[in-house]
Amino acid sequence: MRFLKKSYVFLIFAFLYAPILVLMIFSFNESKSRGNWGGFTLKWYMELLHDKQIMSALYYTLLVAVLSSVIATLIGIIASIGIFNMKKLPQSIILNVNYIPILNPDIVTGISLMVLFIFMKMRLGFVTLLLSHITFNIPYVILSILPKLKQMNKHLYEAALDLGATPMVAFFKVILPEIMPGIITGFLLAFTLSLDDFVISFFTTGSGVANLSIVIYGMARRGISPKINALSTLMFLCVLMLLIIVNLRMSKDPERRLKSGASKENGRYISSIGHDI
Amino acid sequence: MKRHWLATPYIVWMVLFIVVPMFLVLFYSVVERTEDGYRLTAEHFHRFVDPIYINVLIRSVVLAVISTIICLLAGYPMAMILASREYSRKKIMYMLIVLPMWMNFLLRTYAWMTLLERKGVINYVLSMLNLPSLDILYTNQAVVLGMVYNFLPFMILPIYSVLSKIDQNIIEAAQDLGGNNFTVFRRVVFPLSLPGVLSGITMVFMPAVTTFVISKLLGGGQFMLIGNLIEQQFLSSGDWGFGSALSVIMMLLILLSMGIMSRYEQESGGGALW
Repeated sequence: MRFLKKSYVFLIFAFLYAPILVLMIFSFNESKSRGNWGGFTLKWYMELLHDKQIMSALYYTLLVAVLSSVIATLIGIIASIGIFNMKKLPQSIILNVNYIPILNPDIVTGISLMVLFIFMKMRLGFVTLLLSHITFNIPYVILSILPKLKQMNKHLYEAALDLGATPMVAFFKVILPEIMPGIITGFLLAFTLSLDDFVISFFTTGSGVANLSIVIYGMARRGISPKINALSTLMFLCVLMLLIIVNLRMSKDPERRLKSGASKENGRYISSIGHDI
Repeated sequence: MKRHWLATPYIVWMVLFIVVPMFLVLFYSVVERTEDGYRLTAEHFHRFVDPIYINVLIRSVVLAVISTIICLLAGYPMAMILASREYSRKKIMYMLIVLPMWMNFLLRTYAWMTLLERKGVINYVLSMLNLPSLDILYTNQAVVLGMVYNFLPFMILPIYSVLSKIDQNIIEAAQDLGGNNFTVFRRVVFPLSLPGVLSGITMVFMPAVTTFVISKLLGGGQFMLIGNLIEQQFLSSGDWGFGSALSVIMMLLILLSMGIMSRYEQESGGGALW
């Protein structure tokens, strides 16, 4: 039984990691075609830096991810506090509208935004791409922050005011630290969703502005350049290292882990990514 | 506390970028352009009732259902094994399931093309073992494989999280009361894990039924799904009316399946209207 279990786990992981392994191996492939192996090389890693198309895609991917997640987080914080203080009915209406981008298939979100931008005679490009990313990011930020606001002791804020704090000071000294874990989860969620998005970006960008996913999609027909494999191998290793570091830090500091409720947050975090595909 | 006005900027944003676009799609799906403006029409929806398009819809649903079933059958045992292990290993396993999702999903799907090709890695290994070759790239099987591959973690993780929260005392009580392993599973563990199963099913079925990338890459573009049809209307044939009608149909499909799922769901996630 034990053996059976072990081999089953092995099988599932083999299935999940086979393509990733293949990708990584082929980033060292001398031959350009994806079928055959032409010997070991590091040339794709060298050429990567000089490839204008890939570098510009990487630039736009990171730029949009950083800008959209920061802006979405700021709007999300303010909106969450507003929504939290609303009356029951308007609150539930807003929350339901807030759910639309999460529930809607990405392709529908993408084309409806495209229709809007064309209808408003906006040129599809960087601005429309950024606006779209902010739009699909905000709901996730709000859904991460609202539970923290609900958990907070209502009287803390009033106590701060009674003790002479101005509303601004009370916000920064009392509310903000309390909801910080939610803000961080929301921000990270927004950042990774934006980083990995293809479908919505595909419909809402234009005129030479492309993120990595779009470039990869464009290449898929003719065959993806091994340079892309090299780039994603590097990115994958970065993520792996980050996760290991975070994990080591957390396991060293059990109190921290308890405080942030890491595993629970991860769960929600993962479950929201599902929509991206 | 009267700070509800703080939500106003976001409300404006929502109306502009969520509500208005939805109504625009609805609008385009029921009008057609004439010389002097727009005219109401049901023609776009009527066009859909063609066997060609109905077949596309049926194929999308069937492929998504098959993928969901495979994910459930393969994912449930995995979730059970994960939930039964001791703590330290559990965390590593959890990470290992999440990790592949950090690589660009287009690229991972593309890697399956390398694996599945006639002269690809899998066939190379098979021929070395003197086994018959596998030729499924650009078929429905390849599309299902791609869906299962991409969405399997979304089945495993919710089931795992429900299973690991089940009170061990309940299981022990069932065993003490004379249930054998199978009975305990059928009468106790499985019913308790249903919320996880339901959210897993939703999280696999929804993206699977709406995908257009997996079918385009692994299906070679010859097996259209409803997602491909929508993409085509907007990007190549420029038929916004029909494309919008298809989008409305897809939204209805999603709403319908959400409705069916939520009837079985015990705790609702917050969206009361849905």
